[in-house]
Amino acid sequence: MYTIVQQRPDSIYDLFERKDGDQHVTHYCPGCGHGVIHKMIAECLDDLGVQDRTILVSPVGCSVFAYYYFDVGNVQAPHGRAPAVATGIKRSRPGSIVLSYQGDGDLAAIGGNEILHAANRGEDITVFFVNNAIYGMTGGQMAPTSLLGQKTTTSPFGRTLQNEGYPMRVCELLAALEAPVYLERTAIFDSKNNMRTRKAIRKAIQNQIDGLGFSLVEILSPCPTIWKMTPQDARKWLNENMIPYYKPGVYRDKTAPPTKSIVTLQAASGSSSAASEAGQTPATKVPADNAVEPSSPPPAPSRRTARKEVPLVEVPSLLGIRATERPGETSGSAALLGNYNERSRFFDSTVSPAPPRSEAGFFPSTVPEKYQNPQIKIAGFGGQGVLLLGEVLAESGMLSGYRVSWLPSYGPEMRGGTAHCHVRLSQHEIGSPLVSRPTILLSLNKPSLLKFLPEATPGALIIYNSSLIDEPPVRDDIETVPLSATEIAEKIGSPKVANMVMIGGLMARTHLLSKETVFAAIDALVKNQALIELNRRAIEAGMQAVLELEAVLQS
Amino acid sequence: MSKELIKGNEAIVKAAILAGCRAYFGYPITPASEIAEAAAYYFPTVGGTFLQAESEVASINMIYGASSAGLRCMTGSSGPGISLMQEGISYLAGSELPCVIADIMRGGPGLGNIGPEQGDYNQMVKGGGHGNYHNIVLAPNSAQEMCDLTILAFELADKYRNPAVVLADGYIGQMMEPVDFPETAQEAPVKDWAARGDAATRKNVITSIYLSHEALEQHELRLAEKYRRIRESEVRYEAYQVSDAEIVLVGYGIVSRVLKSAVDMARHYGIRAGLFRPITLFPFPTQQLAEISMSTERFLTVELSDGQLVDDVRLAISRRHPCDFYSRMGGCVPSTEEVFDVIRSTISHPAECNEAMAVPMGLHAV
Ligand code: SF4
Repeated sequence: MYTIVQQRPDSIYDLFERKDGDQHVTHYCPGCGHGVIHKMIAECLDDLGVQDRTILVSPVGCSVFAYYYFDVGNVQAPHGRAPAVATGIKRSRPGSIVLSYQGDGDLAAIGGNEILHAANRGEDITVFFVNNAIYGMTGGQMAPTSLLGQKTTTSPFGRTLQNEGYPMRVCELLAALEAPVYLERTAIFDSKNNMRTRKAIRKAIQNQIDGLGFSLVEILSPCPTIWKMTPQDARKWLNENMIPYYKPGVYRDKTAPPTKSIVTLQAASGSSSAASEAGQTPATKVPADNAVEPSSPPPAPSRRTARKEVPLVEVPSLLGIRATERPGETSGSAALLGNYNERSRFFDSTVSPAPPRSEAGFFPSTVPEKYQNPQIKIAGFGGQGVLLLGEVLAESGMLSGYRVSWLPSYGPEMRGGTAHCHVRLSQHEIGSPLVSRPTILLSLNKPSLLKFLPEATPGALIIYNSSLIDEPPVRDDIETVPLSATEIAEKIGSPKVANMVMIGGLMARTHLLSKETVFAAIDALVKNQALIELNRRAIEAGMQAVLELEAVLQS
Repeated sequence: MSKELIKGNEAIVKAAILAGCRAYFGYPITPASEIAEAAAYYFPTVGGTFLQAESEVASINMIYGASSAGLRCMTGSSGPGISLMQEGISYLAGSELPCVIADIMRGGPGLGNIGPEQGDYNQMVKGGGHGNYHNIVLAPNSAQEMCDLTILAFELADKYRNPAVVLADGYIGQMMEPVDFPETAQEAPVKDWAARGDAATRKNVITSIYLSHEALEQHELRLAEKYRRIRESEVRYEAYQVSDAEIVLVGYGIVSRVLKSAVDMARHYGIRAGLFRPITLFPFPTQQLAEISMSTERFLTVELSDGQLVDDVRLAISRRHPCDFYSRMGGCVPSTEEVFDVIRSTISHPAECNEAMAVPMGLHAV
């Protein structure tokens, strides 16, 4: 039993002011291992001089109130999630020393996934796993570490292999992972084992100070209250029942200098006889990791050193945000946020939409009225570059000063079959970005034409890929332009640029977009220089084809 | 031009970084994956943390850790992932930890599909986790607002020490529109209440446990008082053509964009329609809708869910007037023409019939 009498470590509060009732003693039961372990951890923190840097994550379980006692930064985590919480803290404060303190239900049952993955990532944290083979706080329910035959309130007939399976050995489980640098199981029941526990705790914290990676110490700990034993009997029970199944020892140590020899570890005192009595082989030798895996990689360097400092002024350009010259004007979101605040009051915009922003002379005055503010649907099969076609239109529309929107299609079509997208270019604010009644339909294959032709508004412009569509669309209230996009694209060098041929056709027909803006859009969207060239030629060829067609029709 | 044609999902990431967020933890899910993908690229680029967690349960708890440590941090997900996060969100609210969660809603209960829906309204706006709490919920309806409201979400989250949600649908997330980003990046505020791993914050404790009944009640009353202040000061909405409206349409997100077009179409045909768009879903613009209901008698709520938003609308107008309801689900989004037809049929029904019409008309109107 840990009674706090005289000198407490600095990392433990002198008076437990966060606690109700007697603030001089812990809430732990007499003979409980938690108090002893707390004191050991606090002494190590003192010794290693990291009290200020330490953040302790407490679990759900008897040690949920660890923050009553530890004079360090404290975070109380949801049940089982302490390793994830610790990950978040450590990644955010790489210079801190993050300890996760968990019981068996917390770590091995509900938090099984979190501990597994934190260990597998080699998080630079230290985990203290207190295993007492039972749920303490909630009154004695079965834990994943409860022993076979052990009676608990939820295994009243004793844990069975058939119903609950084997008790879970956490150190052994985690030792299957490459990343952990240090895994050791110790026990609290006599001075020798307590000493070993203290050493392990210290080492696990030191590893984090050194930035070596993930360390876990599993501590077998008595729970006299729930085991319904005297503290003395509880220690005896632990020795005789837990030790044989949960063999103390080092299960992983990548911190030691490499050696070829088998490291001999002593089992906990008395465990040999206890194990023999239980008919099991005592574990006198546990192979250290560096012995079985001489070629295993060295521990990853601390993430602390990997972090780069980026000055705030460089952030926008790293995000690809280009500065504009707008003297005296609040830019971007700041201005818009101002608007939001104003919108907290009623505002009623009955005024007509904003006038077109044709200041740069972008709006070619030659756009026939019927093509203005088009609602465009682009459709074809997957792989024809339908979405990119739409993106180029939207990007160049934006560069031309239009309001634009681009909406990809959803649904099973995305996985093979047809693909389509909705593009709007408008001189006014765009309401719905959905194009349900297209005024322009760019159709790259036959199924898409059949599907979307009925949606087209009367008077709509249909440009279709006549290379793949043998029958012209039949509707007498629409305008159709056949364009052998795939053939033209093949002549240029790749059928893949048929989408760009379609853009060229649209440009020649409607004058909605200038060649300069479309080329600029392609430069912005396509990274490969050779492809940019190919795309440009395809656009020009598409324009040419439609102009020739118009010339033929006019003559 | 400094505008960038960008998907709403990516705009969220850039905006978050501009707002000083330097930690992203998440798990990919369609239609929110572009958030994780953009975060994976941009967070390390600016010296921040990106980590793909093993699950949404882990993501939200990493957020719990990062927020405890005093960082501006965020995660993003969609329906099924958000369901998994609810435990963590309740803890964040209980421990009064600020963070931003982007929910790009998809279709259906269960696995549903990846089409746009608004079925997460209740679980985000009403608090889908256990206990008495609220998220601050912002509902963008454009890529620009994905940027602006993300920045605002960080500000409000810190101001009130509360989780803030950017609630959008798959269309708003995946649609590309021009976005004008702020040209300067903000410094994240220094949080003295956090556990930063230094001497100054050593005495701090982050927890949501209050063992004594009285202490927990006091804590919950304190939270309630906070939510009252949020309701009082943080309501945001857009009202379009409502002052003379004979019918006011109510919707948020992608629906509000369709509704705006439907209002224009209705006005074109001589129906005085207006649009009321809540920008904050919590706090809900209850008072403002109530005021409108003094002058307008007909309301039509349109949503991509089975009557989640309409509950709040009906509460706001106190059943002074009936509120009709039109719903599409499963990834279907009504077209402008479809909504216009609903407006026409609503208008042509005498007012007393509308209670009976308060059923999902989507079932029989096409
Ligand atoms: S119930 Fe068991 S683990 Fe919990 S404090 Fe008591 S002895 Fe310790």
